Amino acid sequence: MDAKAIVVTSGKGGVGKTTTTANVGAALAQLGEKVAVVDTDVGLRNLDVVMGLEGRVVFDLIDVFEGKCRLRQALIRDKRVENLHLLAASQTRDKSALSQARMQETVTALLEEEGFDRVLIDSPAGIEMGFQTAASAAQGALVVVNPEVSSVRDADRIIGLLEAREIREVRLIINRLRPEMVKRGDMLEVDDVLEILGVKLIGIVPEDEKILVSTNLGNPIAISDPSRNGAGLAFRHIAQRLRGEEVPQISYEPPGGLFSSLRRLFGGS
Amino acid sequence: MFGLFRRKKSKDHLKERLKLVLSYDRAKLSPGKMEQLKNDLLEVITRYFPMDGRDTDVRLEQHGDRMVLIANLPMRQEA
Repeated sequence: MDAKAIVVTSGKGGVGKTTTTANVGAALAQLGEKVAVVDTDVGLRNLDVVMGLEGRVVFDLIDVFEGKCRLRQALIRDKRVENLHLLAASQTRDKSALSQARMQETVTALLEEEGFDRVLIDSPAGIEMGFQTAASAAQGALVVVNPEVSSVRDADRIIGLLEAREIREVRLIINRLRPEMVKRGDMLEVDDVLEILGVKLIGIVPEDEKILVSTNLGNPIAISDPSRNGAGLAFRHIAQRLRGEEVPQISYEPPGGLFSSLRRLFGGS
Repeated sequence: MFGLFRRKKSKDHLKERLKLVLSYDRAKLSPGKMEQLKNDLLEVITRYFPMDGRDTDVRLEQHGDRMVLIANLPMRQEA
């Protein structure tokens, strides 16, 4: 993607925006980009805990907006991955403290003055001011969707709002896919979701218990466990595609089938 | 191949429902409004043609990136 400032959004809550921001951000940094991940969910901040950086938050986004600190003072450097920085949301304020103008200034300063290559903006759920502020500073968007009814409907609404904002680079992440349910015909297939939503896919992330374990530990899975068929590798691949690399999509076959064993035997993915 | 003989998959129901509800969402139209439109259409057309009034079908369909209004209004067969 050409966009340097990218909003991660979904409409619906709980589909994996924050996990995606943390993991794609960490993977991009590992690939050599200088990355800032920015939490705009003021009042309900979580990117700090998902990344395991909660103990180091001193200043936050709203402090920057209100001039209570310099931008650099609010940036928390991740010690595990070089070039990964967090700008936390404020937990004690609410969304009325947000400002689209301040948001745009802050993202511009990150890119032009602080030398960041990429800014990932974690949007709050919903379509109101929080989302609008997060989107106002972005040129690109990652829309996270789960293959289920309310998430797909909300994603369609969000895609419409992104288009209205003239954000052209919109890419879809299908998160929490369960291959065994797809095989039974009880979960939408990837092609179904793409047909319904009509946007380009950047990656599929399978449901993975290890996500919960890694967030328990505050350790993004893209760094800690990039094992095959897991979510960690899927997030890493998304980061690579975001940078323009061509990485074939892993096809998630439920374990045990003759077909999948044959494919594995012949080196298919 | 065994799927041929199975019940319709739950995901196919969902796909149909989503396509329908999203066509209304995108057109910023409620299903109730659509019912009114159908009645109004029938009323106007009946002024010109003898209409059957049964099996009428008015709906929105997504054709590529265009939204299309499809109206299927059977005429009364004159003997």
